[in-house]
Amino acid sequence: MLLKYSFKTAFNGLKSHKSRSALTILGIVIGITAVMMVMSLGEGMQSLILNEIQGQMGSRVIEVAPGGQPKGPTDFLSMFSDSLKQKDLEALTRKSNVPYADEIMPLVFGSESIAYGSETYRATLYGMTDAASRLYNIRPGKGRFLTDEDVKNYADVVVIGSEVKEDLFSNDEAIGQKVKIKGKNFKIIGILEKKGQGLIGYDETVIIPYTTAQRYVLGIKYFNHIIVEADSEKNVLQTVEDIEITMRNSHNIQSSDKDDFHVQSQADAMKMVSTITGIITLFLAAVAAISLLVGGVGIMNIMLVAVTERTREIGLRKALGATDKDILTQFILEAVLLTAMGGLIGIILGTTFSFLASIILSKLVSLGWQFTFPFVGASAGLGVSALVGLIFGIYPARQASLKSPIEALRYE
Amino acid sequence: MSLIEVKNLEKIYQNEGVSTPALRDVTFNIEKGEFVSIMGPSGSGKSTLLHILGFLDEHTRGEYRFKGKTIKDYSGEELAHLRNKEMGFIFQMFNLLPRISVLENVKLPLIYSGVKEALWNDISLKAIEAVGLSHRINHESSQLSGGEKQRVVIARALINNPQVIFADEPTGNLDSESGKTIMEILQKLNEETGHTIVLITHETYTAEHAQRIIRFIDGKIESDRRVEHRLKAQDHFRK
Repeated sequence: MLLKYSFKTAFNGLKSHKSRSALTILGIVIGITAVMMVMSLGEGMQSLILNEIQGQMGSRVIEVAPGGQPKGPTDFLSMFSDSLKQKDLEALTRKSNVPYADEIMPLVFGSESIAYGSETYRATLYGMTDAASRLYNIRPGKGRFLTDEDVKNYADVVVIGSEVKEDLFSNDEAIGQKVKIKGKNFKIIGILEKKGQGLIGYDETVIIPYTTAQRYVLGIKYFNHIIVEADSEKNVLQTVEDIEITMRNSHNIQSSDKDDFHVQSQADAMKMVSTITGIITLFLAAVAAISLLVGGVGIMNIMLVAVTERTREIGLRKALGATDKDILTQFILEAVLLTAMGGLIGIILGTTFSFLASIILSKLVSLGWQFTFPFVGASAGLGVSALVGLIFGIYPARQASLKSPIEALRYE
Repeated sequence: MSLIEVKNLEKIYQNEGVSTPALRDVTFNIEKGEFVSIMGPSGSGKSTLLHILGFLDEHTRGEYRFKGKTIKDYSGEELAHLRNKEMGFIFQMFNLLPRISVLENVKLPLIYSGVKEALWNDISLKAIEAVGLSHRINHESSQLSGGEKQRVVIARALINNPQVIFADEPTGNLDSESGKTIMEILQKLNEETGHTIVLITHETYTAEHAQRIIRFIDGKIESDRRVEHRLKAQDHFRK
């Protein structure tokens, strides 16, 4: 039997039970819609985070962090170890060690309360240098940023985020006022420009010289990170290598697998984020795909009913010369056509919903959320739904093909 | 060699341990080009016989040869092909597919025949013309009268120009006028195009349109005789 005619026959079979066919594929439609949405939103989330990284961490920025290259979730704990010391900073600063380094900045951070009068604000405190302004593209909207002098002199000055300012001072003048951090008075010298929400909420941070932070606030002698900026993008790889060698010399480490630090460039960070969001998306899509299984069982159920209902038709076709294979093909095609249609509708719905979601998300949280059409999800969705039809259609179709023509013709 | 050779044929239905004989020691031959009526009251085994002759069912004992070969000589696919090419079936209950047109219904055997698709329409239209339904080709089968339905079924049975047409009570559900039209078509097929026709009926009147009547009672042949005053459907029709 011609395949084209098989399609026509199968299509007619479905058309004659429109509402039943529609209800049957509902499960598949919902499943594919869910998968599509998860994948589209997942991709949107990924590109959002990647854009943030690109925007906030220049492509020439290299981060030296304590602890070896994290290989599992528990390794992230070593991020808080104390292996980055003053001597490392000095070694890295030497031109002969890292010739292409443009800027080098130690970084310390912690969560601290900042108090003004009776008001307090829990903020993320960063200990930085004047270089932070250039490295992270953060500028004071009012007043000034930290200077080299502030760092050298352990100055008790603070630059605050716009959110911190609003919370503590509302509309009053903040520059020149004194706030208390860890019982020590700090003079506000600058207020950061409002940046809006992002990966790092600069609006909710306070920035003080790292020297002051180490000695008076955090009480530590190590750094949480050392930030190095290469002089050009093409020298990033070389600089990463130079940093690693310098650090190993400074720590007397012979081989790279004994490293108590790791070096990360923007490319590495982006790769890591891609991997993580990719896994999350895949996991969520897999959960959504369970509904496809449920949909498949529904298809099988209805196909079995259809086979019983159309027993006479099967008998007639066999009496007129249809082989078992012809009947098998007809019913499998019906199931596949049914689920593929469900898949198609699901793709359309999923795309529409995730498009709407992307509009709402970008309006609601003022994120630079972009809609992405998940081509992989769409083609996989169509393929999977057809496969579901094939798998769950085989059993009913086989039942149909095995009917004896005479039993089938006699069936009332 | 006869077209149909039946020798000591037996059919026993097994149902939950109870065996019911449907055909007992049946022997007869049908030659190519013959028009034979198989008569008998209901339960006499005539439908069972027709199913066995049409290779739709298997017999229990004895022998049935179609063109010299038994059902065991064919594979499942070959049997389907044989039913498609060499046999035409006409059922009492019509067995048309609802919701598709007359043309599509008549076309049905062609789909399974290996005939080129480009020819399907022409062949189907000719067959529909032969039963006088050209004005109904695009009607759905549910919109037709019983007589018209049965003519569609005949067109469908003829479409692959089979050797033999098996008709199971073709006039059973029709008024006498429509019944006569059907019998006229069957006689014409037999006389003008040489189709072998095996007709099952319980009405003597219908049976006498054939050249020969085999009468069944309780699964056995009671009589096998030639029809002396054969009825001509055409004559009745003219009157």
